[in-house]
Amino acid sequence: MRKGQYTFVTGFLFIPVALYLVFVIWPYVQTFGYSLTDWKGQSQTFSFVGLDNYVALLEDDVFLGAVWHNILFLVFIPVITILLALFLAFMVNAGGGGRAGGVSGVTGSKFYKVVYFFPQVLSLAILAVLFGAVYRSDTGGMLNGLLLKLGLIEADRPIEWLNEPDFVLWALMAVVVWHGVGFYLVLFSAAMQSIPRDIYEAALIDGAGRAQSFFRITLPLLWDSVQTAWVYLGIVAMDMFVLVSTMTSGDYGGGPDHHSEVMSTVMMRNFLYFGRSGYACAMGVVMLLLTLIVSVVTLRATRRERLEF
Amino acid sequence: MTAPIQKSDASPASGGGSVPRQRAVRKGSTPVPGPAREGVVLNVFSHGFLAVWALLIVLPLLWLVLSAFKTDSQIAGSAFGWPSNWSLDVFARAWEKGIGDYFVNTVIVLVFSVPLTMLFGSMAAYVLARYQFWGNRLLYYFFVAGAMFPVFLALVPLFFMVKMLGMLNTYQGLILVYVAYSMPFTVFFMHSFFRTLPTAVFEAAILDGASHTRAFFQVMLPMAKPGLLSVGIFNTLGQWNQFILPTVLMQPQSGDDPERYVLTQGLIQLEQQQGYATDLPVLFAGVTIAMIPMLVVYLSFQRQVQAGLTSATLK
Repeated sequence: MRKGQYTFVTGFLFIPVALYLVFVIWPYVQTFGYSLTDWKGQSQTFSFVGLDNYVALLEDDVFLGAVWHNILFLVFIPVITILLALFLAFMVNAGGGGRAGGVSGVTGSKFYKVVYFFPQVLSLAILAVLFGAVYRSDTGGMLNGLLLKLGLIEADRPIEWLNEPDFVLWALMAVVVWHGVGFYLVLFSAAMQSIPRDIYEAALIDGAGRAQSFFRITLPLLWDSVQTAWVYLGIVAMDMFVLVSTMTSGDYGGGPDHHSEVMSTVMMRNFLYFGRSGYACAMGVVMLLLTLIVSVVTLRATRRERLEF
Repeated sequence: MTAPIQKSDASPASGGGSVPRQRAVRKGSTPVPGPAREGVVLNVFSHGFLAVWALLIVLPLLWLVLSAFKTDSQIAGSAFGWPSNWSLDVFARAWEKGIGDYFVNTVIVLVFSVPLTMLFGSMAAYVLARYQFWGNRLLYYFFVAGAMFPVFLALVPLFFMVKMLGMLNTYQGLILVYVAYSMPFTVFFMHSFFRTLPTAVFEAAILDGASHTRAFFQVMLPMAKPGLLSVGIFNTLGQWNQFILPTVLMQPQSGDDPERYVLTQGLIQLEQQQGYATDLPVLFAGVTIAMIPMLVVYLSFQRQVQAGLTSATLK
């Protein structure tokens, strides 16, 4: 490389690298350090407490409950979202009249994809307000209104979706699924359409039915996308901050009585409300570790031999 | 205009294209009534499911927009009453009550943060993609690795970092943070894009005496326009919808510090206020106002949005 290029390269990299270092990398690194202190955040004075914060986390029932809820989300959100998205994607791409080798898209598939994808561009804050209204605890809520119309509940005893310990996690999950299915449908559709038609034709000639061609051809060839979807939904399930903190009761959410608590809400409450910065940092580290474990486990558990086509 | 889209969309496009052709061949050669009948049944069957999900998406949104035209007592009373008050006053009221300010704050931040993200992201990606130097790979992974960590890991130190710089509750603070947190995806996406651009044009420019900087701004960047468009839409959506970063960084720091809430934050603020002073139509009107730009962007760039977001996930 000539001399002039050095100046050019350095000049071009300087600002991006500096910004990224100061606002992203350095805070990431600092978190590990702060998690070992009793920092309250108000002053710069704090002392090193070793692993005390982590030990305290193990005895913090609210946090442990939150971890458990994250695990529930981690199991159900990906399973439900992926199954629905796969089913609908198959309907969109292969649910049409069976003339083209048994596999053709339905008419209007483009329209469906446009509609389904739309929730993805809405902010979670909009979703929070929307579903806050849908889950209203009086008969003015969409869900209660619907149940009332169907005669399943009585007007004077509507269901308090977000205040019922048994319902609140499911109510939140439904929002995430509603939000995500369209996106993964588009993702899976793209993968499905890249599968060569001749494979289906060959299977059809060999007498494969629609279900067989789905499980024996489509699904295995889609496995990479399913795996990706799983990891990303896992990351969503580890976060959940916006919906829980805005839709459920309590400071930074988590209600009723910690029944919908997730790690991120406990962390933000400790940081912004109780001012326990060091402790919050320890939670951040735990979230990172769990996220990494989830990604690695998912990638390993779903590993299949790569199929070339 | 849509090269990266074509790239990531190449498979759907060619896959979709091949269907009618094969269908035509089949139609000619095999006039089998059996499968065709089955096809019709199946078509109805799949349309059934597809329509149900489409309604599940559209109805709550429509219901919310309609609710803006109801009165408070109508909203509380019955979920499916038809609105009686078709006046647009409620939107003006929502705008007055804060949505206008939140909207403006968001726009101010994005007007700077999105172009700066694109500029710095492209600069870094370009150098990393096309120049050999010591530490190139390392720097690339350093940028891309940022996408893997949850933002919560950084929040506490980030807050104090921004505070130390005196930029809490300022536009410039949020702009810089947005730019920094958008780096991983932008660098990643533009890196792969710059790699695919032909070298010949660049070399011609250099031979004609253009400096490297000039070659970048006048030759390479214009050629990268399709990539910039995709990643620009992605960043616009991402930053427009960001909630956690402004929640932490955009709080008034003292009594006389003005509120500089962005739209997402402001909506939640508005919702929480409604608990005390019930004016729900205003809240729903506010959400509708917040939704409109998204709907417009989405419908106009629908292909790019879908392709941009999916390729963001796939890699």
